[in-house]
Amino acid sequence: MAKDQHKEKGRLFTRRALMMAGGQAALMSALAGRLYYLQVLHSDQYTTMADENRMNIQLLAPLRGQIVDRFGVEIASNRHNYRVVLIPEQTKSVEDTLEALAQFVPYDEIDRERVLKEVKKKRSFVPIPVVDNLTWDQFARINVHSPDLPGIQMDVGATRNYPYGDLFAHIVGYVGAVSEKDLQTLEADPLLELPEFRIGKSGIEKFYDKPLRGKAGYSRVEANAYGRIIRELNREEGTPGTEAVLTIDKKLQEFTAKRMGTESAAAVVMDIHSGDILSMVSVPAFDPNAFANGISSKEWKELVSNSKRPLGNKAIGGQYPPGSTFKMIVALAALEAGVIVDSHEVFCRGHTNLGKHRFHCWKRGGHGKLNLEDAISQSCDIYFYDIARKVGVDRIAEMAHRFGLGEKLDIDILGERAGLIPTKAWKYAVQGVKWQVGETYNVGIGQGFVLTTPLQLAVMTARLANGGKIVNPRLVRSVGGRDTDAPLLGDPVASDLPSIGITPSSLRTVLRGMNKVVNGKRGSARAAKIKTEGWEMAGKTGTAQVRRISKKERIEGVRKAHEKPWEERDHALFVGFAPYNDPRYAVAVIVEHGGSGSKAAAPIARDLLQETLRLDPLRRPSHDVLARRKPGDTDA
Amino acid sequence: MLRELGEKNVNISLTQKIWDMNWGFILLICATASVGFLMLYSAANGNLDPWASRQMMRFGMGLILMFVVALVDIRVWLNLAYPLYAVALLMLGAVEVMGVVGMGARRWVEIGPIQLQPSEIMKITLIMAIARYFHNIGLEDVRKIRWLIPPLLLVAAPVALVLRQPDLGTALLLIAGAGIVFFVAGVSLWMFAAVIGIAVPTIFFGYQFLHEYQQKRILTFLNPENDPLGAGYHILQSKIALGSGGVFGKGLLQGTQSHLNYLPEMRTDFIFSMLAEEFGMIGGLLLFALYVLLIAYGYAIAYRSRNHFGKLLAIGMTGVFFLYIFINVAMVMGLVPVVGVPLPLISYGGTAMLTLLIGFGLTMSVYLHRDVDIPGKR
Repeated sequence: MAKDQHKEKGRLFTRRALMMAGGQAALMSALAGRLYYLQVLHSDQYTTMADENRMNIQLLAPLRGQIVDRFGVEIASNRHNYRVVLIPEQTKSVEDTLEALAQFVPYDEIDRERVLKEVKKKRSFVPIPVVDNLTWDQFARINVHSPDLPGIQMDVGATRNYPYGDLFAHIVGYVGAVSEKDLQTLEADPLLELPEFRIGKSGIEKFYDKPLRGKAGYSRVEANAYGRIIRELNREEGTPGTEAVLTIDKKLQEFTAKRMGTESAAAVVMDIHSGDILSMVSVPAFDPNAFANGISSKEWKELVSNSKRPLGNKAIGGQYPPGSTFKMIVALAALEAGVIVDSHEVFCRGHTNLGKHRFHCWKRGGHGKLNLEDAISQSCDIYFYDIARKVGVDRIAEMAHRFGLGEKLDIDILGERAGLIPTKAWKYAVQGVKWQVGETYNVGIGQGFVLTTPLQLAVMTARLANGGKIVNPRLVRSVGGRDTDAPLLGDPVASDLPSIGITPSSLRTVLRGMNKVVNGKRGSARAAKIKTEGWEMAGKTGTAQVRRISKKERIEGVRKAHEKPWEERDHALFVGFAPYNDPRYAVAVIVEHGGSGSKAAAPIARDLLQETLRLDPLRRPSHDVLARRKPGDTDA
Repeated sequence: MLRELGEKNVNISLTQKIWDMNWGFILLICATASVGFLMLYSAANGNLDPWASRQMMRFGMGLILMFVVALVDIRVWLNLAYPLYAVALLMLGAVEVMGVVGMGARRWVEIGPIQLQPSEIMKITLIMAIARYFHNIGLEDVRKIRWLIPPLLLVAAPVALVLRQPDLGTALLLIAGAGIVFFVAGVSLWMFAAVIGIAVPTIFFGYQFLHEYQQKRILTFLNPENDPLGAGYHILQSKIALGSGGVFGKGLLQGTQSHLNYLPEMRTDFIFSMLAEEFGMIGGLLLFALYVLLIAYGYAIAYRSRNHFGKLLAIGMTGVFFLYIFINVAMVMGLVPVVGVPLPLISYGGTAMLTLLIGFGLTMSVYLHRDVDIPGKR
């Protein structure tokens, strides 16, 4: 009985143990099945998730394309930015390290506090910028002492560098940090999100920002769960930005800026056949390096409050009455309209009456009897009152537009303004009042409503000098050399260009007048004559009133320029070209409140043309032409 | 020298016992533990320090303890079953009074320099006590409810104390371990059905009395993707590590998720995920094979024991061992909620290792004294 019970107990146990074993086997199989489900059926999905976990893509900023002048001189380049970062976890005491560092580089309290604040905020392995823009000497010294500077790491970045400072400020512009607005207006580019990335903010830098920017590279890194980078998996370098070759000749630009000195002035020198702008200067200027590295509010205030407006590009954005430099347009309008002939003569007695109004010539005693050539060369106002009245304002305006005045010329930088060439319709639309004949008189001498920019005047002169061909200004020869879609702009000769459609004899008469301005016995700019044979300059002076001369002043006698406050003095203008017999280069100069065109502007124009002829940039092979000749050798 | 099967050998000499020791079983234990050392070596990026070396030392000490436990006569263990249970229960109660707060729960009691985890000791002594109880009662009595009240109280007391700590995982393990002994002892199947029938609604009802973090764990378990950065992070990352291992794994020291710290608690509860990432499904299944062999040994030992106490004890110990494996692996695979249960012989940790080796020691004692006939009520 006991034995049976014992056996029965054992059998029951065996039965139950078997059931148990079966249950456990089933559960183990379930685990194995789950293993199969996760590691075979869904392996791909989890592998992807694992990679997403650990892999980070870091953008590598490409090197910004250089901007060079027509001969390859670097105008905007990239400079090594030697900087020092701190990795808090690598030092026992951040403060001690900073103190040690202060022996090698100037390091103020504000910087110190910023670093200490960031140390608290960030994870201890994240590098914190400490100082940048170090000199090579400082950088090397810190490097040598790095064993004494735990946690300090050396880092080399790239910053934009403008080696010529303010010389190209208005053309090249500057780069700056990406703003919130930029992110909204610019095409999406992951580069823009990089904290240290700089984009073009003005000038060529802005206009050609995209090709100059290049394409981002990337580095795939493996990061752990806390974000610390463990290693780099692979790296693809970005494509550096393409190079922009300007039409400018750096030497001529330098000469121009120097020649204009401390005036508030602008000058444009251009090739009359290709339209290449060889020099375009607006003074005073500013240093774009200051902008690229972050400008202080004090510097900014100084720039903004300066009455000579260093921030604006006067060459393309300054609008001035052209004064007498407009007279060629009036003359051509009258000739082409057939209201006068070449030999049309007018007697100047110093003034002329229109109704109750009396219009004066700049020469109080009058010029006497003049033909068109003399009227241009001596800049007689009475003559132009007469022919302006005969041809009418609308036909003058039409002629002005044919020469590029009163409209934007689409130069490749921002800030260009259209100027203003008035018409009867314009006045009625804007002021709601009918045009008056007296206003035509004013237009006849480039005053009144007429406004032009120095660039437009240079283009006008080029179109006169090249025999009436539509030449357009250009500032950029090529972007990216042979690699861009846009074909390299050739160097057109005058015959390639479309004609404006001026009767050659009319143009010749006007040009003869312009020749006499400089080379004639009584020419208004005879003092500025180029004496080198074969380089003779022709041109036209202009003196634009800033303030109307009152009747009282006329009676009491017009004050001399130097007696007036600077802001009220006349603008001095000169447009010209050379050589007269084989025109090649045109120039326009304006000196704000410089007094008379003949005294303040003509000598500058003469020196510029003389220097241009001496350098003769158009006869020397340019950077991109050389690059084309020897593929791969871009430094030529 | 080896005894013939069926030969009655009740009083065995020490040398005989050592010869008779279940060396295959010991070899399997060492092999499994070695897998753990290898994983801890990998977790330290190819260093024995700091984890693998310490784990080896503990294992060595535990192995000695295991031998000692194995050599002690099974009758001594039978006689000590109730007293040891009483001591463990007292210690559990002591935790209430002078427990140390750790990990948000009171689990340790400090005796001098040693930190003891009474709940671990209870896992063994509870099985022993219940085995002794069922050893003593007759086959008829097992089927009567009133005879089941004392062993149920034996379970309820420590479970109540453990739940107060609160340690849901240990409480469930105690219940499940005891349940296994109840089952193999022959408690009627309808009683189990009745208990489950009562327990399930009670659990639903009791859910609201759980701590918020426990509720959250359960909810997260049901849908871990809902909270990928919070409570579901562990499970999700564990599944990523596992799944990305594929069939053959990424290789020793090559597991990205574990080595880049995406895998949480990879040395302890989630060590299996690391193993499966580095050695793939093949590695996982090989480990399963080791475990299945160990469990099979346990069953064989239980089958061979002539005394009922030994049978129940061996099955109980093997059952707890299985429960550890199943809960841990199912947890890291996202099959059951995250309860802090280590992977036996592999996870880093001293107390669990010790408990486990004592359990193996008891199982081996059952083997060494398999022919000892202990009178009990028939």
